[in-house]
Amino acid sequence: MTAKKNLVVIGNGMVGHKFLELMVAKQNHQNWNLITFCEEPRVAYDRVNLSSFFAGRTAGDLSLVQPGFYQENGIQVHLGDRAVAIDRDAQIVISASGLAVPYDKLVLATGSYPFVPPITGNDTAGTFVYRTIDDLEAIAAYAKQCSTGVVIGGGLLGLEAANAVKNLGLNTHVVEFAPRLMPMQIDDAGSAILKQKIEALGVTVHISKSTTEIVSETGKLTKMRFADGSELATDLIVFSAGIRPRDELARQCGLAVGERGGIVINEACQTSDPNIYAIGECALYQNRIYGLVAPGYTMADVVAATLSNSATSQFTGADMSTKLKLLGVDVASFGDAFGRTAGAREVTITDTVQGIYKKLVLNAAGDHILGGILVGDASAYGTLLQLMQNNIALPPHPEDLLLPPRTGQSAAIGVDNLPDSAQICSCNNVSKAAICAAIREHHLTDLPSVKKCTHAGTGCGGCVPLVTDLLKSEMRKAGLEVKNHLCEHFPYSRQELYHLLRVHQIKSFDQLLHQFGQGRGCEICKPAVASMLASTWNEHILESQHLSLQDTNDYFLANIQKDGTYSVVPRVPGGEITPEKLIALGQVAQEFGLYTKITGGQRIDLFGARVDQLPQIWRRLIDAGFESGHAYGKALRTVKSCVGSTWCRFGVQDSTSLAIELELRYRGLRSPHKLKSAVSGCTRECAEAQSKDFGVIATEKGWNLYVCGNGGIKPQHAVLLAADLDKTTLIQYLDRFLIFYIRTADRLERTATWFNKLEGGLDYLKQVIVEDSLGIAAELEAQMQYLVDTYQCEWKATIENPEKAKRFRHFINSDQPDPSLLYVEERQQKRPATAAEKALL
Amino acid sequence: MIQTIVPTQPNCETIQWISICTLEDIYPNTGVCAWVNGEQIAIFRVVGSVNDTNNNQVYAISNYDPFSQAYVLSRGLVGDRNGVLKVASPIYKQNFCLTTGRCLDDETVSLPVFPVRIINGQVEVGVFAPHQENAEI
Repeated sequence: MTAKKNLVVIGNGMVGHKFLELMVAKQNHQNWNLITFCEEPRVAYDRVNLSSFFAGRTAGDLSLVQPGFYQENGIQVHLGDRAVAIDRDAQIVISASGLAVPYDKLVLATGSYPFVPPITGNDTAGTFVYRTIDDLEAIAAYAKQCSTGVVIGGGLLGLEAANAVKNLGLNTHVVEFAPRLMPMQIDDAGSAILKQKIEALGVTVHISKSTTEIVSETGKLTKMRFADGSELATDLIVFSAGIRPRDELARQCGLAVGERGGIVINEACQTSDPNIYAIGECALYQNRIYGLVAPGYTMADVVAATLSNSATSQFTGADMSTKLKLLGVDVASFGDAFGRTAGAREVTITDTVQGIYKKLVLNAAGDHILGGILVGDASAYGTLLQLMQNNIALPPHPEDLLLPPRTGQSAAIGVDNLPDSAQICSCNNVSKAAICAAIREHHLTDLPSVKKCTHAGTGCGGCVPLVTDLLKSEMRKAGLEVKNHLCEHFPYSRQELYHLLRVHQIKSFDQLLHQFGQGRGCEICKPAVASMLASTWNEHILESQHLSLQDTNDYFLANIQKDGTYSVVPRVPGGEITPEKLIALGQVAQEFGLYTKITGGQRIDLFGARVDQLPQIWRRLIDAGFESGHAYGKALRTVKSCVGSTWCRFGVQDSTSLAIELELRYRGLRSPHKLKSAVSGCTRECAEAQSKDFGVIATEKGWNLYVCGNGGIKPQHAVLLAADLDKTTLIQYLDRFLIFYIRTADRLERTATWFNKLEGGLDYLKQVIVEDSLGIAAELEAQMQYLVDTYQCEWKATIENPEKAKRFRHFINSDQPDPSLLYVEERQQKRPATAAEKALL
Repeated sequence: MIQTIVPTQPNCETIQWISICTLEDIYPNTGVCAWVNGEQIAIFRVVGSVNDTNNNQVYAISNYDPFSQAYVLSRGLVGDRNGVLKVASPIYKQNFCLTTGRCLDDETVSLPVFPVRIINGQVEVGVFAPHQENAEI
């Protein structure tokens, strides 16, 4: 065995790290001693998403290095030690700490540095650049004493920096020298839309502004002056006016560099010294610097392949197409975005109402795409890029590619029409052929597996819709049905499992899993089975054998919120509440410092309760006559009502009394998804019963019963199941309808979706519920009556049982609450502090 | 420091074991959160089935959910994916492997794991010297 040779990588940024990963992936660390220098105090992190650091992601979250990766693969990392010189004759790298490391091959991945324009006062305290986590920490520390921040540079990085400044809570301005934002990527019309959208977010944009001076008073930055004589007051300035390659090492050791900087490389990414390679933003290929991460990764791949003798791949320039979300706005630019090709023609759409701009650049014949720009909605990016890269002839109306389909038929090309060589994921350079092969060979049936196996879709995510289409297409070709199995643990649909559970009298998850499933269960099947058990046997959901099945909302009988605290919603049947109870609610909210809000279901929601406070809060509420509102459960929520004939001069029936009766009858009913209801006292429909899972509207003769309506994500009107019913019949039909739905719906399927899939539609539903065509009406009614008779208030049962109440604490070994919870005041109430506020608190 | 180095075979001489609670304090197949030296640690008790509580395993990972930025993982549902023991965050439902802390839904994310054991019915978490004199419990 020959001795291992030394491969030294200078720079541990995104590209330098990618190169090391590729060397390991190609099993090359067996042949080389891999040594890397990293001048920063931390290993490689995601610079592309740097601004998310201020949105709460930590340095750890941004890290690109799997814990243990360097240790396990024997890679020497010299952290916080900068390479300062290269001795090409002796083939040695000298570091700032005095190390002298010999190399056989050397890779320069030194990246770039931010360009700071030569403006008077550009070194004043309060001016920053935006490149590293250290830069961000310095900005955050300084921003604590600031109210306004300016970013100089309205390019891609400048807008990212503006996002960071905005996330710090400063009044944010962007100053751009050019007459438009992102001058390298988008045109004037696109920039106008982008500017409009960004300004709507509260960021002020100044274009065609040349900064001449940064003014400070008593050592503190106060304002900036522009060439046109105007001024802008600010406390902080971030320069983001472009990058320059870090080529000082190359210059020091005499490698060829470009006139305007950059280490000259050939197709193999070799510098003028064949033992030295350069990759990423420090490299200059054909007089061009590639300032995006994807080309850097391609260069890393070329060098890794060369050094493993696995293939002779070449870097021959890269596509600078890009799709980004800047300040929450989609922006994409690809190919010949400015129509510079001779004879190029354009199709554009400008929608200043919705803030959307789309431009296609076509060839002279108008049948092929050369490039384009998308602002505000970049969902077509993946398809358009494929059409361009694969030189696919366009449909007769290319404008259809930019618009929603006009005849119900999508103009978008199907993935089946793409050639195998089509590059689907440009971040990780994954082709259609590679994705399809992986799906076939590894029998992949879900998106996470495809991502994991191929890495497609794990970069910017822009290609995920295409990857999903490929997966579906391959599954169809393989004759795989899209299974409706509950999850990997049960090869049955929810409906089948529900049937098995009732027929076999199964009363616990373990028993069901043992008889009909496999493995240990998961977050999908456990709550689903818990719900089925509850709506069949109605044991308290926190009985010990059911405890580990409950989602945290059911486990703590409250709704978890984003910071890990809970909200409390007591039942207010029909929305009717006495002044005494209202006062009691207010007192509880006041005493426990809870944010208070009226819900859409005529109840009151109390937010910000810690787990340890929940039993105390509920003891007080129960003493005041309240009971659990089941807002936390997939269960009946509320039955809204208008005041009806009791007060209203138009009302024809007592809708409030009926709403209260129905809410008390069905309270606590566990179902595949939440259930909402309402009762209106006349056809004016003030309670909005037709948007509910079941709704009742009064008529002169009785009650009309509507079912399967929905508000929410996809509003749908309820359908009239039966008219002019007396109350007894109404309740009878409702009992049947609800249990029929509970027995047959899929997991997390609302009544509207269930109805839309129901074969036979409304006629069939009427036959089953009204005419009892299946002969199961009595059984359905009996099951409901059992559930009504065995109802218990889950909270009352919990606080009466010290064993159950014991679980309500954040720490098992300390009485203190979660110390990470922080609040600020807004409109005289508390709200969770944002990540940026937490950093400052 | 970004990288948390997790010893696969903890060297017992350098570990100080801190008693957290009794095994019975943790319901089978659920988690609790422990406060150890200023850190929030989620501890899970896994059994074969509720009726077979003799065969107990305990696992400890960070209680911090990096996706929601809340300290909530001890309240997630415990289960398996293709045989890999995991917990699902109660906020956005990402899954984390109980033995490695690896996020099963995002390879770039990994959580610290901690040594944990059952001694005479007591659940103990191991911390590394030299913090032992300030162990806050």
